[in-house]
Amino acid sequence: MKEKNMGKKLLSLLQANSVPVTFVLICAVCIPLSGLSVSYLLNEIVTRMGRNIFLILALLIPIMSGMGLNFGMTLGAMAGEIALIFVSDWQIWGIPGVVLAMILSIPISVLLGAFCGKILNMAKGREMITSYIISFFTNGLYQLVVLYMMGPIIPIKHFSIKLPRGYGIRNTVSLLNMRQCLDNLLAIKVGGVKIPVLTFLIIALLCLFIVWFRRTKLGQDMRAVGQDMNVARDAGINVERTRIISIVMSTVLAGFGMVIYLQNMGNIATYSSHSQIGMFCIAALLVGGASVEKASIGNVFLGVVLFHTMFIVAPKAGAAITGDSMIGEYFRVFVSYAVITVALIMYETKKRKVKSQMAQQLAQEQEAENE
Amino acid sequence: MNEILMDKNNLTLGNRLRAFAASFGLPRLIIAAFLLLLFIAAPFVGADFWTQISNTINRFSWNAILVLAMVPMIHSGCGLNFGLPLGIISGLLGATLSIEFGFTGPISFVMAVAIATPIAILLGALYGWLLNKIKGGEMMIATYVGFSSVSFMCMMWLLLPYHSPTMVWGFAGKGLRTTISLEGFYDKVLANFLQVNIGNLSIPTGTLLFFALLAFGMWAFLHTKTGTAMTAVGSNPTFAKAAGVNVDKTRLLSVVLSTWLAAIGILVYEQGFGFIQLYMAPFYMALPAVSAILIGGASVNKATIANVIIGTFLFQGIVTMTPTVMNNMIHMDMSEVIRVVASQGMILYALTRKTEAAK
Repeated sequence: MKEKNMGKKLLSLLQANSVPVTFVLICAVCIPLSGLSVSYLLNEIVTRMGRNIFLILALLIPIMSGMGLNFGMTLGAMAGEIALIFVSDWQIWGIPGVVLAMILSIPISVLLGAFCGKILNMAKGREMITSYIISFFTNGLYQLVVLYMMGPIIPIKHFSIKLPRGYGIRNTVSLLNMRQCLDNLLAIKVGGVKIPVLTFLIIALLCLFIVWFRRTKLGQDMRAVGQDMNVARDAGINVERTRIISIVMSTVLAGFGMVIYLQNMGNIATYSSHSQIGMFCIAALLVGGASVEKASIGNVFLGVVLFHTMFIVAPKAGAAITGDSMIGEYFRVFVSYAVITVALIMYETKKRKVKSQMAQQLAQEQEAENE
Repeated sequence: MNEILMDKNNLTLGNRLRAFAASFGLPRLIIAAFLLLLFIAAPFVGADFWTQISNTINRFSWNAILVLAMVPMIHSGCGLNFGLPLGIISGLLGATLSIEFGFTGPISFVMAVAIATPIAILLGALYGWLLNKIKGGEMMIATYVGFSSVSFMCMMWLLLPYHSPTMVWGFAGKGLRTTISLEGFYDKVLANFLQVNIGNLSIPTGTLLFFALLAFGMWAFLHTKTGTAMTAVGSNPTFAKAAGVNVDKTRLLSVVLSTWLAAIGILVYEQGFGFIQLYMAPFYMALPAVSAILIGGASVNKATIANVIIGTFLFQGIVTMTPTVMNNMIHMDMSEVIRVVASQGMILYALTRKTEAAK
């Protein structure tokens, strides 16, 4: 009896973690095919961990409050970019520049997050598609601000970031003077692998914060709202406010994350940096074994490692198999989307099963009666 | 003259605002008023009025069927079909295979439709089966089904054994090009049929007739027994089930229909545009169609043929008018921004309405 249970448990464990297991297999096949050296691979993965983890952690809080995957994290990314544009216009470089950009991004993130949260409260039950459309909508507003208003309305002095026509920001804004300044401070080398200790320390602090936050009154409220909005409301929790706070927090964290991401990259692609970021972060989180309603810090770390390993090796492996490097490029894009699709399908089927069990029973009884 | 016109316009708008704001929806009104202003302003900023009208009608004829594809799924309660790219892929397969098999001229269009149809029915059936499994979460999953299929096909366009020299990359001899010219195939094959040219005004009668045919077919279908059942499923699935309608089957049919219309829609779009666009091109094609039907007055669970016609005209009108008028007026091309904000704002507005009960 016990053994049977154990076997069942193992099977269900495998089933529950089918996505990470699949990715381990993909990576295991692709790594030798790609022919990349281990030290190069490790270096790349560590760099990408430092670059992306903070952003992905920003997704955890809305999941906690039952709002699903926050496709609106793009809003935070835009706030971070606007802050960085200002900072580089004022020529404040290095660590002070990064810190100032983070501080500047807060009011913008709060504003955008509150806007996003308000709209999501009007569209309960379809938060994900709505937050996804909000990211497009806000991208339009972002273009309006950055492409037209920066210059004549919002003062931008420095010619190196302004378009030659006199208003609007160039396609790329160089952050050369603050490139990897967080990563290089306190960096240590272990066997040829550069470890950005300070960035990891910041990430560790955020992890601690999230662990602590879950235990606070507000964190508990969010979990209650995520479990059942009506019950939470009966218990005296202000559901709407709690949901808005959770989105605002996620947006602010995404803003910080974007600053960290961009200081590592060393330049801003003004009109495209943020557009894919939500998709890749969400895909990475899901690859780590998270689902739409449940995600842990462990999922984030596992997801980053697996997803980005796949991301690094896929083009080379694709070239080795088919002789065309574009295949690998398309393959990794396809995998990112496919992972999200599969995760969404699993979530919805599960939700529907639980929700409609009662209704199905009723229908069956009715049918039996009819017969 | 200008001021009087504007005043009059504002006056009628003011009256209308009170009368229709509740039923018609404020964003729709703003967009309609904006387009009206653009049409009025066009002659004053030096853009030729009739050319503008022709452009708008032309673009209307390219896109109308893609917008029409939204109707069946809205009727059956599946929501807005963000998975339109799946149908577009079927259309693209039909188009490329028709050329690959060596068909030219108008016959290639007929063959493209003939080849695309079974593919669309097959993919649509799979897609509909999937959507039946996940009732309530259709829109998000539809979006990602669309994205996955487009990125999957990106690999396939490279890997499938196409050989026609008009389509593959010249130097490699394999892998399809990103854009394929339709000259010599079915470029403007519908548009040139009975085309009317008066001065600067030209009307692609054939394309409009083709759309009218499909739209009438859709209208007639919605009034048949199956069509009524579809509407019933959309408005109240429990009631429909009690009345003996097979809910899952009806929904499946609506998805297949929508996918097929998308396939035909992209073929008609291509014949007007003159090029087949592959790879990432179909990626965001669902969003303009979705916002067009919403601008036309549809909601997440209610849509008519009139919504399609009005919506496509308004949306395409703004798309064609803003660049010319805005450019001439303030020497600043803000059309892209206006289009994004208006169309996404419209989708947001529709999503936040409380008209649809959670199913």
